[in-house]
Amino acid sequence: MNRPRFRWHIVVFLAPAVLVYTAVMIFPLFNTLRLALYTEVDQSRVFVGLQNFQTLFFDPIWSEQFWNALGNNFWFFLIHMLVQNPIGIALAALLSHPRLRFAALYRSAIFIPTILSFVIVGFAWKLILSPIWGIAPSMLDAIGLKSLFAPWLGKEEYALTTLALISVWQFVGIPMMLIYAALLTIPEEILEAGEIDGITGAAAFWKIKLPLILPSIGIISILTFVGNFNAFDLIYAAQGALAGPDFSTDILGTFMYRTFFGFQLQLGDPHMGSAIAGAMFAIILVGVCIYLFGIQTRMRRYQL
Amino acid sequence: MNKARHNPLNTAAMHGALILYTLIALFPVFVILINSFKSRRAIFREPLALPSADSFSLVGYETVMKQGDFFLYFQNSMIVTVASLFFVLLFGAMAAYALSEYRFKGNLVMGLYLALGIMIPIRIGTVAILEMMVATGLVNTLWALILVYTAQGLPLAVFILSEFMRQVSDDLKNAGRIDGLSEYTIFFRLVLPLVRPAMATVAVFNMIPIWNDLWFPLILAPAEETKTLTLGSQVFIGQFVTDWNAVLSALSMAILPVLVLYVIFSRQLIRGITSGAVK
Repeated sequence: MNRPRFRWHIVVFLAPAVLVYTAVMIFPLFNTLRLALYTEVDQSRVFVGLQNFQTLFFDPIWSEQFWNALGNNFWFFLIHMLVQNPIGIALAALLSHPRLRFAALYRSAIFIPTILSFVIVGFAWKLILSPIWGIAPSMLDAIGLKSLFAPWLGKEEYALTTLALISVWQFVGIPMMLIYAALLTIPEEILEAGEIDGITGAAAFWKIKLPLILPSIGIISILTFVGNFNAFDLIYAAQGALAGPDFSTDILGTFMYRTFFGFQLQLGDPHMGSAIAGAMFAIILVGVCIYLFGIQTRMRRYQL
Repeated sequence: MNKARHNPLNTAAMHGALILYTLIALFPVFVILINSFKSRRAIFREPLALPSADSFSLVGYETVMKQGDFFLYFQNSMIVTVASLFFVLLFGAMAAYALSEYRFKGNLVMGLYLALGIMIPIRIGTVAILEMMVATGLVNTLWALILVYTAQGLPLAVFILSEFMRQVSDDLKNAGRIDGLSEYTIFFRLVLPLVRPAMATVAVFNMIPIWNDLWFPLILAPAEETKTLTLGSQVFIGQFVTDWNAVLSALSMAILPVLVLYVIFSRQLIRGITSGAVK
């Protein structure tokens, strides 16, 4: 028996994608993790093992910034989970209502902020919230709430929450669209069966639709998690690399950028930058694993 | 029909809620656009008024045209986005075809390997990517960005396209084989035209993040001649921060191309998301 001919066309089809993906994504990813184990002494690279991580977690100068950025990042994520996803689900529930007029129009309009770049969104809100221009205070004045106004982006205690809410405003379109798609797949017969049993309106949403769209909510949660722990652009565009005021809006992305490139008097340090990237990688990996093995496999899926 | 789900009061409340949220979503964009056409005085005196004959002014746009090279930035963004999409679609479709059409050793492993990148953001590898681009002399060229965005877009493209390619009829491909077509001809002439809608979806998904990215242009190609529109407007606004006319005009000029693209492609985008391409 002669062996089957080697099918070269499979190699030709796969090669470009695998080469680019490996060379530009996978290899640098592992190389970054490797660089985290080195440091620079007298312009040459020296292997130091886990020392960079030890510095990052325990040296007071570094660890204070790191835990601050990590804590801020969790707060940033929490606001997205508590504000963005419920609003997205609510909008999707309204839009998926049968025979709602102008649904396509609402959907397209609400999605517009999502397509804008962080630079536009960051500056646009910076201008609107600016006390110099005064749009936000005069609008609050119109409804008698002027006393509530503060320069939110400039105050340490509000800045991070404000930025998180701006980011929510920008990205609410994504959970809305994904949940909307999930709601459309629920067959009419199930809802009618519920109606015969007297389950209508809000009750139908809580008791029938919500359990059926739980898998989509799981996907949205993990997308939000990965997106938030990888965020950088909005904070950089609105507050700069120093993530002011006084680092109160610093998250892992801006911390890594500052460490890697340096700022003002501090020199850039690619090795510490890699260590922070390694920590981000670990956090994202843990999150994705919790989702894949802890949540997704236990979630009940209904055959529709 | 069932009356229980359609009473007029509920309908009114639903429209009310949706209109309110639509206003919240559009208000900032609207304020930026109208004020970019006003004189400095009018911007501050009546920020919410539409530009009138009295307050109309293009002074901001004049400054932007004089000081910033927005046509170059726009061209760079265009080149990077179009070239990256081209490579994502071509390479992605080829790999997706290999994975969905042929059975070979390592098929599953290769599929999983390519899918890894869906969840892991490419930014984590930035330090090593920059080092590599410096070593290969690609830093401050548009090629650096095109390569990165191609790698970033491939995992999801392969995943979505191979789902769709499994649905292409085997009879068609086998008929082609009997007629003596090579595997390459079958792919380019028979299969690709049939998955065109899925390719459009992948293109639209990738287009927005590539066009809007700030991180990689900032790190890999910050030179004046390779700035993308996103980075260019960021730097411009940072320098002209006290010239409100210029800032508002620069923002509007960054918003407009995206809005135009959205109007053209929104149907495709929404159909792509709602058809469950990202399940």
